[in-house]
Amino acid sequence: MTEIIVVTSGKGGVGKTTTSASLATGLAIEGKKVAVIDFDVGLRNLDLIMGCERRVVYDFVNVVHGEATLKQALIKDKRHENLYVLAASQTRDKDALTQEGVEKVLEELAKENFDFVVCDSPAGIEKGAHLAMYFADHAVVVVNPEVSSVRDSDRILGLLSSKTRRAEKGEAPIKQHLLLTRYNPNRVEAGEMLSVKDVEEILGISVVGVIPESENVLAASNAGVPVILDDNSNAGQAYKDTVARILGNERPLRFIEPVKKGFLKRVFGG
Amino acid sequence: MGILDFLKRKPEPSAGVARERLRIIVAQERSTRGGPDYLPLLRNELLEVIRKYVNVDVEAVNINLERDSGHEVLELSVALPDGKPASA
Repeated sequence: MTEIIVVTSGKGGVGKTTTSASLATGLAIEGKKVAVIDFDVGLRNLDLIMGCERRVVYDFVNVVHGEATLKQALIKDKRHENLYVLAASQTRDKDALTQEGVEKVLEELAKENFDFVVCDSPAGIEKGAHLAMYFADHAVVVVNPEVSSVRDSDRILGLLSSKTRRAEKGEAPIKQHLLLTRYNPNRVEAGEMLSVKDVEEILGISVVGVIPESENVLAASNAGVPVILDDNSNAGQAYKDTVARILGNERPLRFIEPVKKGFLKRVFGG
Repeated sequence: MGILDFLKRKPEPSAGVARERLRIIVAQERSTRGGPDYLPLLRNELLEVIRKYVNVDVEAVNINLERDSGHEVLELSVALPDGKPASA
């Protein structure tokens, strides 16, 4: 059975595409057949983060409109043979995607025996975001420890439990996973940043992962390599743990305690 | 904390403020979420009707929509004032 995972947040710039790329790659490392789809029509970016931007010939909208087959449009990942990327169209026509069109593509992916389809949602709560979440079985809600992101996440959690196919058909609700990104334990300890517990309490849902703020995330996007492939980075390791938890394995939360400064730094600050 | 740190101004811990503000706004937004759009209008019109007979305050009328599996309950409570009824 194909499981559909939407990566969403409401607010922009919190790490949806970074998360989609790492999640899809992580699932592929675990041997799953995975497709990751960019739903951000007009603002294609997943291809850059996945490092396949020069190999985009056909996109999601081409497939929906019958201008290309799904096979033609799926870009095979260079690093993992069971991972495919479907790029967003750069058209400015916001109505290029339809519910029927999206459903057709998802059904076709199911026929091709994909284990997971990761839908990278655009920011906002407009049509693109609605379509990205509508058919989902799982939702990964990406949130930063910051007031506007937390508030928007609560809004998205409400939409997930009312405006999706599972909700409308009265089926079992979407499995909601909260992913806290850009977390800085030192600032939390200093009382400058909301803690994991704060965010969990406010939203009434526990986290599936905490991704520490890390320089490696920018380095990874610069290089077009999902950060989960960077074994030396805390963020990459935290994404690996998150993938394991989504697959039902238990992993303790890491990187949520402050890093103690060395002696010289304690004396001279910094 | 380094010996040179006192030269820098330390920011006030602000996470507590963020937490309290979020608790309030999230609770408020949840209470109105998912309700039909006509609820505020309905509330105002009901208030007008009630005011024809009793002099009540805007805050005295409370409308609550509860969903159970399969059915919805619209609950309306009006806190009546102690004084005399308003002259019709």
